[in-house]
Amino acid sequence: MASVTTPAARASPRRHARSSSGRRWTLLRGVIGLLALFTIAEVISRSGIVDEVFLPPTSVVLVRVAELLVDPAFLGAVLATLQAWAIGLAICIVVSVTLGVLLGSSPSAYSASRAVIEFLRPIPSVALIPLAILVLGNDAEMKIALIVFSTSWPVLFNTIYGMHDVDPIAKLTAKSFGRGRLATLWEVSLPSATPFIFTGIRIAASVALIVAISAELLAGASDGLGRWILDASATGNRPDLVYAATIITGLLGLAINGLLVVIERHFLSWQPALRSNGKGV
Amino acid sequence: MTHTTWIGVVTPKPRSRFTSQRLKEFGIRWGALLALGIVWEIAARAAGSLYFPPISEIIQRFAQLWLSGPPSSLFLTESVFADIVPSLIRMLGGWTIAVVIGVLLGVAIGRSRIVGEFVEPIVHFARAIPPPALLPIFFILLGFGNEMRVSLIAFAVVWPVLLNTIDGVRSVETLHLDTGRVFEFDRRKVFFGIVLPSAAPKIFAGMKVSLSVALIVMVISEMVGQQEGIGSIILGAQRTYRMLDMWSGILLLGILGYVLNALLALVETRVTRWHRGSREGVS
Repeated sequence: MASVTTPAARASPRRHARSSSGRRWTLLRGVIGLLALFTIAEVISRSGIVDEVFLPPTSVVLVRVAELLVDPAFLGAVLATLQAWAIGLAICIVVSVTLGVLLGSSPSAYSASRAVIEFLRPIPSVALIPLAILVLGNDAEMKIALIVFSTSWPVLFNTIYGMHDVDPIAKLTAKSFGRGRLATLWEVSLPSATPFIFTGIRIAASVALIVAISAELLAGASDGLGRWILDASATGNRPDLVYAATIITGLLGLAINGLLVVIERHFLSWQPALRSNGKGV
Repeated sequence: MTHTTWIGVVTPKPRSRFTSQRLKEFGIRWGALLALGIVWEIAARAAGSLYFPPISEIIQRFAQLWLSGPPSSLFLTESVFADIVPSLIRMLGGWTIAVVIGVLLGVAIGRSRIVGEFVEPIVHFARAIPPPALLPIFFILLGFGNEMRVSLIAFAVVWPVLLNTIDGVRSVETLHLDTGRVFEFDRRKVFFGIVLPSAAPKIFAGMKVSLSVALIVMVISEMVGQQEGIGSIILGAQRTYRMLDMWSGILLLGILGYVLNALLALVETRVTRWHRGSREGVS
């Protein structure tokens, strides 16, 4: 497993096995690509094609990134966002997986719930931000409620789908070995549905970050990364800080995604074939 | 009334063999929805909350707002053309730009490993930035106008299409490409005849994800700046405590999301109908 890490390597098994020098080239080319992007942005800004007020030079932005990473006020804002993210995601997982297991175990509940979910899921969570502000104010509860609502769908949907997709023969086998309904659920259905549930959680994790930041930006939440960016752009009029904070937000998104991939690989290495069901983008 | 016929289009047509089973599914599907509506109605009437009006009143207000116009404009009111249509044009415009760029770039990256290695880190980083966090940057660069909204939508939704296209192009079967080479296909024929059709199912999956994200980003982009569009209807209604208007907007977004998704699914089955049959032949 360890050697198959990059997408490029995974996608081309028919080509000769990648040596370590080949991987070094991949890394080098990636770094060159990033450097080229930075240089182009720097040149565009310095030469005045786009005014520095709109696009600060990359070098300045990167210095700001370094400064922000040790700025306690900024880190506090990041922490507030991450806190809402973690609490919302945890509530969502507990509620949706439980509900999904219940709904997915019976065929008619499956049909009925699919209809309701299909109608509720397309409602963009951001449309509910105004409602959430009215009902819950602009504190962390508002953020968490929005996160729970919007992240519930992918987890719920994938759990139901995974429960529905359990091999019936495996269930019958467990039954003929004298296992009860609960034991079958615990020993057969749930492990078989786990890869689907994980796909849902991975989607939910990035959606949760999006919702947390939207809520902070649009609802003027009292705290958090989105609020910080809003202040920097609106009242502070500091484009360099806005760019720097946005880059850090991207790094945060990458870190969250990477963490979940690591967790998934660690716990689900026994079932790589079932890992994606076409919804995990 | 228009939307019901739209939804009617997308429900699967009952075929003679499966009629009873489909009918049952149909019943459960709409029965569950009806039950949800009734539960809401009763709960809302019992609670009498200011924030959660009964669903019947929301639907009434919905019809009054958008479906009570003169017959000459298909009963659609002025607000439909002033707010909803521009919103949809922006959203579909941004999405179309994203699909075109995503597919072209995806094919380039997917066909050449070297190009892929150069840009993949950039792609993964750019994709990881939550779209709303980009709002301030797009505002700084482009102001509050339509350009900002369309380009924000395009930037935010290009990644699912791009990544799925890369994936789809990379998983084109070697046998098919070799066959093309034997028959001396030129580049264009290889692209349109082999690569694009093979990648189509994956590309469609990406387009579907993109479309739902586009709806979200559209709403976000309309909650700032000019007072126009579905997002600003909802926000404006909230600020003036017009709860029925706000809920009508939320309902409208739900219906739009559902209909758009269903339409795309319909197109997908049309375009990739050959796919299932051909796969059976191969493996």
